Amino acid sequence: MHEDANFAVEMINITKRFPGVTANDKINFQLKKGEIHALLGENGAGKSTLMKCLYGLYQHDEGQIFINGKKVEISSPNIAIKYGIGMVHQHFMLVPPFTVAENIVLGSEPTKNFMIDRKKTVEEVNSLSKQYGLNVDSQSAVQDISVGMQQRVEILKALYRGANILILDEPTAVLTPQEVDELIDIMKSLTDEGKSIIFITHKLKEVKAIADRVTVIRNGKLIDTVYTKDTTTNELAKMMVGREVILEVDKDKAEPGEVILEAADLYAKNNRGLTALNGCSFNVHKGEILGIAGVEGNGQSELTEVLTGLRKLEKGAVKLKGKNISSFSTRDIIENGVGHIPEDRQKRGLVLEFTIFENLILGNHYKFPYAKNGKMNYNKIKASARKLIKDFDIRTPSENVMAKSLSGGNQQKVILAREFARDPDLLLAAQPTRGVDVGAIEFIHSKLIEQRDAGKAVLLISLELDEILSLCDRIAVIYEGEIVDILEQEEATEEKLGLMMAGAENDKAKGDDTDGR
Amino acid sequence: MLINNIISLLNTSLRMAAPLILAALGGVFSERSGVINIALEGIMLISAFMAMVGSYLTGNPWIGVLAAVFFGGLVAAVHAFVSIHLKANQVVSGTAINIFAAGVTSFMLRVMFESAGQSPSVTKVKDWTLPIINDIPILGDILGKHTPFVYISLILVVFSYWLLFKTPFGLRVRSVGEHPAAADSVGINVYKIRYIAVIMSGLFAGLAGASLSIGLLDLFVENMTSGRGFIALAAMIFGKWTPQGALLAALLFGFADALQMLAQTMGLSFIPRQFLLMAPYILTILALAGVIGSANPPAADGESYEKE
Repeated sequence: MHEDANFAVEMINITKRFPGVTANDKINFQLKKGEIHALLGENGAGKSTLMKCLYGLYQHDEGQIFINGKKVEISSPNIAIKYGIGMVHQHFMLVPPFTVAENIVLGSEPTKNFMIDRKKTVEEVNSLSKQYGLNVDSQSAVQDISVGMQQRVEILKALYRGANILILDEPTAVLTPQEVDELIDIMKSLTDEGKSIIFITHKLKEVKAIADRVTVIRNGKLIDTVYTKDTTTNELAKMMVGREVILEVDKDKAEPGEVILEAADLYAKNNRGLTALNGCSFNVHKGEILGIAGVEGNGQSELTEVLTGLRKLEKGAVKLKGKNISSFSTRDIIENGVGHIPEDRQKRGLVLEFTIFENLILGNHYKFPYAKNGKMNYNKIKASARKLIKDFDIRTPSENVMAKSLSGGNQQKVILAREFARDPDLLLAAQPTRGVDVGAIEFIHSKLIEQRDAGKAVLLISLELDEILSLCDRIAVIYEGEIVDILEQEEATEEKLGLMMAGAENDKAKGDDTDGR
Repeated sequence: MLINNIISLLNTSLRMAAPLILAALGGVFSERSGVINIALEGIMLISAFMAMVGSYLTGNPWIGVLAAVFFGGLVAAVHAFVSIHLKANQVVSGTAINIFAAGVTSFMLRVMFESAGQSPSVTKVKDWTLPIINDIPILGDILGKHTPFVYISLILVVFSYWLLFKTPFGLRVRSVGEHPAAADSVGINVYKIRYIAVIMSGLFAGLAGASLSIGLLDLFVENMTSGRGFIALAAMIFGKWTPQGALLAALLFGFADALQMLAQTMGLSFIPRQFLLMAPYILTILALAGVIGSANPPAADGESYEKE
């Protein structure tokens, strides 16, 4: 019945349950041979789960999978690889100290006399890289190459194993806009070579730019599969979220006041002891949102940690309202009026094993009225928690629920509520919308603007360029621990920022033929 | 006189280093695959005992060596099961094995020989003499005649290097220790590789144990490893988790041991004996504290792997 060989992949009525949730509910999915097919959905919609079923990382509970018209059981990635399926994971599956070539052949190494045939390995990798125009440096260690090249290594890894069907999981999340363009070219040339590509994403613009068809999943259910050319981003957004979405952020012009935060020539090391901040300087004014744009790993995490006293400042000075706070402890910094939304809410933002009301007073727990004479006043604490839950629209049955059982968006709202309740003069928001649903994103964005309009200073560190472009009044680009330049919102474009994120000076960015690396 | 002392110092260094080299190689395999193996100490002790028993029962010390290797592998398999399969804390599992080893060997010593402290003498493995090298002056005195464990340990260093860095198996062991999820995603069986690596570490530590009871001595003494398993771990770390590095570090520790012994026999009284005895252990602490060149362990060392 399903022997239609025009489909590279056919998934029929796939259901996958996890304890307490149905991640995929009778989903149908068809990949035509030679097409680029986007799988669109919000975080947690179930798109990755569906693909993990296809790649053998999960076993579906119900349903059938056909590859090239033949029914198959895929019980492990090994079997998926045998059927010509390759997956490029969102978090790269590469061994950092190994060379590019070693990573590509790992698990199916060419051998000679029981040894890995190094010469043949390098030759095969080079010829493969030439065939598909995927430029890599086969002898370098993966930890020393750019993220863009790491991604090409991942794609080559799949091709080396004979993949005809490629699954790319959020492939653009870590790339500069120019690298995204490069990736699009690579994907197009792969389909020209007869490969079929599934492309998991939550970014609407990319769907329009890359995909032939798109399948939308919401809350584990299939919404529809449509041709990209027959639809608009607004329609896709509506399908993805289930209601009208305002894609544009509505805000008035900023009225910046005096300087609140002054970061002067900051130097700091990362966990590996290497220089992470390399003379980073900027100011944040009252009543403005300053954005820090950049590719992941250019010092953003260290910057947040230095500003909040969580990491040692090697050199330079941090001034808050004119006061040098460089050597202050984290508690002193908070008490001087800094709110902090950490980039990893599960690691730094919340104690997952604590209840919501406990999480909501962390950092204020020793203060009146929550504590008196060394004793907690739980009536007061819970009353204030209930108020915050209402004000910040945290979706939970009660304040006694464990933080870990909340969705990502609601966890983030707990942090927001806690930090805003402190009424800080400076709000430091690092990746505030990472991995949360569209509803929560809208909410968080409006709260950040509310904060700005109330005359507070906001520092927004984000990897999402769209977020930076729509929210920030001024945009600083960080590259290798230094601020390349700071642009006004009006003069910033995605292209300009992209070049600066790759290290090009603004002047150079205004010229045209740089390739982004 | 001086030259004789130096020759004897180097000869003893090599002899004392052999058990450390063997156990450290074991450590390299286990930790390169991502499993911390502080049970080396206990495995060595049990193996030292079983080597003595094997030689005692058969009169053939090589049977003792086989018994030591077999039991080394067996105890390591327990550690592998607990830390890979049951995903228990690897340090706790190792500690438990070490405590168990101390108890079970002195218990068995009492049961079998009705004696506390040490076993009767057994046949030890006879020294090997290297044909040509032994006739070379000085070099022959240092290298020419030794217990076979010295030569076996040196050969195994070369073999281990080859296995870890030249073969697909080695690449897979290292990938599993660095990034198990990546290895899994290309179809490498993480659990299988780790089991093999940990059991191999037991075989190596087994040889190390045998080298103590029927190589250096000809009997088993209660708690005769006296921390050598931990010194071997230090040598492995100091050697940056490579066989060749572990060799050099083990030689250094062996040298410290030999120096201490020589100083005693020469009656150097200006340094208290106790300080000399401490030397190898102080070196161990310095190495473990990363004073002497810090190194990065395999990224997934000590983490049990949970399949998605």
